[in-house]
Amino acid sequence: MSRSKYTRRDVLKALAAGPGLLLIPIGFIRPAKGGGDSSGYDWTKHYWGYAVDTTKCIGCCACMRACRAENHVPDGHYRTWVERYRISHEGEVRVDDSTGDEDFVFREVEGEVAKAFFVPKICNHCERSVCSQVCPVGASYATKDGVVLVDHKRCIGCGYCVQACPYGTRYIHPETHMAGKCTLCYHRITKGLMPACVHACPTGSRVFGDLKDPNSHLSTILRQQRYRVLRPEMGTHPKCFYIGLDKEVV
Amino acid sequence: MDFVFPNETQVIWTVMIVLYPYITGLVAGAFIVSSLYHLFGREELRPVARFSLGSAFVFLLFAPLPLLIHLGRPERALNIMITPHFSSAMAGFGFIYTAYLILVVLELWFVLRSDLIARAQGRGLVASLCRAALFFYLYEDEATRAMDHKIVRVLAGIGIPMACLLHGYVGFLFGSLKANPWWSTPLMFVIFIFSAIVSGISVLIFHYFVVSKINGWKVDIPCVRSMGRYLWGFMIVAVSLEMLEILSIAYKQTEEWEVLSQLIEGKLLISYVVLQFMIFSLIPFFFLAITALFRLSDRIANALTWTAATMLLVQVLLMRWNVVIGGQLLSKSLRGFTSYFPGIWEKEGIITAAVIFTLPFGILYVFHRVVSLFPDAEKLDTA
Repeated sequence: MSRSKYTRRDVLKALAAGPGLLLIPIGFIRPAKGGGDSSGYDWTKHYWGYAVDTTKCIGCCACMRACRAENHVPDGHYRTWVERYRISHEGEVRVDDSTGDEDFVFREVEGEVAKAFFVPKICNHCERSVCSQVCPVGASYATKDGVVLVDHKRCIGCGYCVQACPYGTRYIHPETHMAGKCTLCYHRITKGLMPACVHACPTGSRVFGDLKDPNSHLSTILRQQRYRVLRPEMGTHPKCFYIGLDKEVV
Repeated sequence: MDFVFPNETQVIWTVMIVLYPYITGLVAGAFIVSSLYHLFGREELRPVARFSLGSAFVFLLFAPLPLLIHLGRPERALNIMITPHFSSAMAGFGFIYTAYLILVVLELWFVLRSDLIARAQGRGLVASLCRAALFFYLYEDEATRAMDHKIVRVLAGIGIPMACLLHGYVGFLFGSLKANPWWSTPLMFVIFIFSAIVSGISVLIFHYFVVSKINGWKVDIPCVRSMGRYLWGFMIVAVSLEMLEILSIAYKQTEEWEVLSQLIEGKLLISYVVLQFMIFSLIPFFFLAITALFRLSDRIANALTWTAATMLLVQVLLMRWNVVIGGQLLSKSLRGFTSYFPGIWEKEGIITAAVIFTLPFGILYVFHRVVSLFPDAEKLDTA
């Protein structure tokens, strides 16, 4: 074996430098910061919240139809839905929703019922949103005005946020293969309009408003009523507040 | 009681995500076997020391493949490293994986340097590639070999905590999801590490026997016995932890237990209770116990060890399935379950999974053709 012109020290240096070169791309790493803006709209002046008065919901599901029409939600996936609870005299709880029907109309069901009610569900736009926390590329993020959104220029479609959401409100879009969810109709609310579901609700069960504004309808309701949030033990601090929520609802 | 949230009718994480922790587990386990020789001086493991490191390397190469196939937007996969969101456990994957890959490649390089030098002599493509891999430095003597050995020891020492980190991290990905009561336990981290070691030792035993049979070599008995004993020990810890996890939830009788008990008694009865525990844990446990505790003829002991290792390979796969898929069968409504079974031909189906799992063995064979992974056995063969 002949002695080469390189010394052993050179080789070891090269080996140390090889992985060192790999560090160069670190210079290009840009920690993700969620962002986005809407022209003429100051997102620092609002903090949006949502309330559902379950005592008012009649299960008409106009909200679901409105959401689908407004946001082009793909079939078989839902940004909002309405659950129907039927509790028998013996305490047996039966739950269903209207997603099985093409027009989201609840079908009549047999059986004795002691207590029944509807519960609309929607993304809770949590203050400590676990979906944003787990997103590996920062595609899921909370805006300054308190809305949890997905940046479709960044989402890699890993599905981690879908797994992390305790409320089952996210899905993977079958065509874009990216995460989809309720945006509180961000394109509407930044123009001073109501989210489509709120606009369509005939009983005023769904309330949308600015938590920063003490005179907003939402703030007034939350001052006057007793309310709960879903799964508070998750520590997510949801901003969807439920009035008249039964203990059976998860 | 049977209500599933409407977005949960489809399982998002498919068999690809079952395969990912399975393959990284094989990496971590195989690496630990090689370190038992290189770092802790378990001389009896010498016949499989290179083979284990080579196995760790090829499995590591393929670990991200199922993830890539699963991603909705695979063309953005590198964003996980370019624009990482550090509050996400998943954002660590690229960095942990790359660091570990560098370490394994370096260790392999130092382990194989002498052989590469021998292979680099002469002409031909392989010789040229070997020369390039050696940075065209082909000199060695006793001092360089001693230095190589020293460096390997250091790398193996760094590699053990990194192997635990790589695989424990995979457990953390699941264990940290508070929304899912089937996943959300700090034990997940530890369970994944131990089951990784079990699967890694198992795949080495399984493969070592197969390769020996094909080549007509005699397996090295002290080596196989030693691996069998390690496997026995690690499987006891792994299975105990798996059982402890479920026992503690069952005993606490929290709200979640109501639905988890139904999951175990219903959708997971066969794959979890019957297969994972009753068949693929208990039988290997007895087989390995018999080989460890009694004097048996080599033939019987080998047969028992190989069968136990093969069954434990399946046990760990079942464990990954029951964790990844089991957790998704349970609705977050805590009132119902969904169903899943992969299609045979679909993108994330059984054939894809089988191909991904087979590929590392093919690459390992090519690797072995260039630089022998069983130098001792081959020397005996030609002697």
